[in-house]
Amino acid sequence: MKVTYYPGCSLEGTARDYAQSIEGVCRYLGIELQELSDWNCCGATAAHSLNHRASILLPGRNLVLAEGLGNDLVVPCPLCFNRLKTAEKALLEDGGEDDFGVAYEGKIRIHDLANFLARNELLDLIQQKVSRPLTNLTAVCYYGCMSSRPPKITDSSEHENPTSMDRILDRLGVQVKPWSHKTDCCGASHAVARRDIVFTLVEGLYDKAVEAGADCIVVSCQMCQANLDMFQGKIASEFGKPYYLPVLYFTELIGLAAGLAETGEWLKKHFTEPQPLFNRIGLSA
Amino acid sequence: MTQTSRLTPETGFMEHIEASTGIRISACFQCKKCTNGCPVTFAMDVYPDQVIRLIHMGMRDQVLSCGTIWVCAACETCTTRCPNDIDIAGVMDYLKERAVASGVSIPQQRTKLFHEAFLNDVRRRGRLSEGRMLQSYMLKSGELWRKIKDGEIGEEISLGVNMFRKGRMSLIPKGVRSKSEIRAILK
Repeated sequence: MKVTYYPGCSLEGTARDYAQSIEGVCRYLGIELQELSDWNCCGATAAHSLNHRASILLPGRNLVLAEGLGNDLVVPCPLCFNRLKTAEKALLEDGGEDDFGVAYEGKIRIHDLANFLARNELLDLIQQKVSRPLTNLTAVCYYGCMSSRPPKITDSSEHENPTSMDRILDRLGVQVKPWSHKTDCCGASHAVARRDIVFTLVEGLYDKAVEAGADCIVVSCQMCQANLDMFQGKIASEFGKPYYLPVLYFTELIGLAAGLAETGEWLKKHFTEPQPLFNRIGLSA
Repeated sequence: MTQTSRLTPETGFMEHIEASTGIRISACFQCKKCTNGCPVTFAMDVYPDQVIRLIHMGMRDQVLSCGTIWVCAACETCTTRCPNDIDIAGVMDYLKERAVASGVSIPQQRTKLFHEAFLNDVRRRGRLSEGRMLQSYMLKSGELWRKIKDGEIGEEISLGVNMFRKGRMSLIPKGVRSKSEIRAILK
């Protein structure tokens, strides 16, 4: 199976662990990722906040490039996914091409990576590759905002209660706990200019994850990962609560369950080190 | 002595936004579902339902100069849940762009500077270098000097060192080949 792959900017920087785990897992599953040649930034929150036109044209350029390759487009970053989907809708609606001067015909589909890997045939493949089920691991799946909302853009059929990661982790043997905050916001890029907002939101997420009985939080978004992982010690001391919740990518858990040797390298990049948790439950990375 | 303040509504303000964005703000019947589901109301000066109401009343200056439009995290919960299909997060975006264009005083200056630093960095190479964007933001916003003065800089440095040590910071930024296409978009 061959797909076009749009990594997005942070997978070349703060989220290299996510990038490596995606490449490793897809190679193992026999999914060929062809990186979109000469892709550009989707514009993210900055563009849709300050320059509406650029917020369509930047992802629009990527869509045109991807359509030229012909295969479906797989996107790990939920914000990139959301911006590409927003551009898709804007360019394909009546008059869209005239408004923006971009000829995109919509011949390809745009997939959020977690939803793509949670399709039944891939779930079966993922399960077949499990060499050591993660039965002692208790987790909550945290989806954040952008792969789900608004459903008019994302085409999600389960936007209030997404289940892609739940279904994947279930096949890995993980004990997945239900919880209330699957799609609550982490504050995203407010981490730069209004870190106080992020800390307040993330504290609430930690509390709910602990209340659900989770040992770790599993994510598919590198912004959520950064906000929940990098500041955990600081948030714990600021709010006077001894949080210890490793924040793991779902792809890292696929690697762990499949016994991929490189998984340990991915996990070393985390600030909240998962090793103490793995030691406690008898799991080696 | 009693002081009276004069309200100066701008008639046609709402109609103008509706025509520019295609978002039907007039459909709001003030159920407040947007505000009740909003995760960041604790940091807002005006609630989302009030922003919509102020637009109804033509209170242009109050709306464009409020902090709320910059505090909105664009999580899209309000847009998703509005029973009248109003893209409230889209209205917040429109208002931010218009606030900058109209030159009103912006209460959340740092958030605006962050977005600008982000787009400036993308304009240079077509892709974002998180490290370079942050350096530029810290200088332009005055946060670098404030953090030095307040003794918070040590924390930032240790975060940066840890990111580098853990391989989560790229030193050589990547870019696109067709830079002219990006510059044409981000004029």
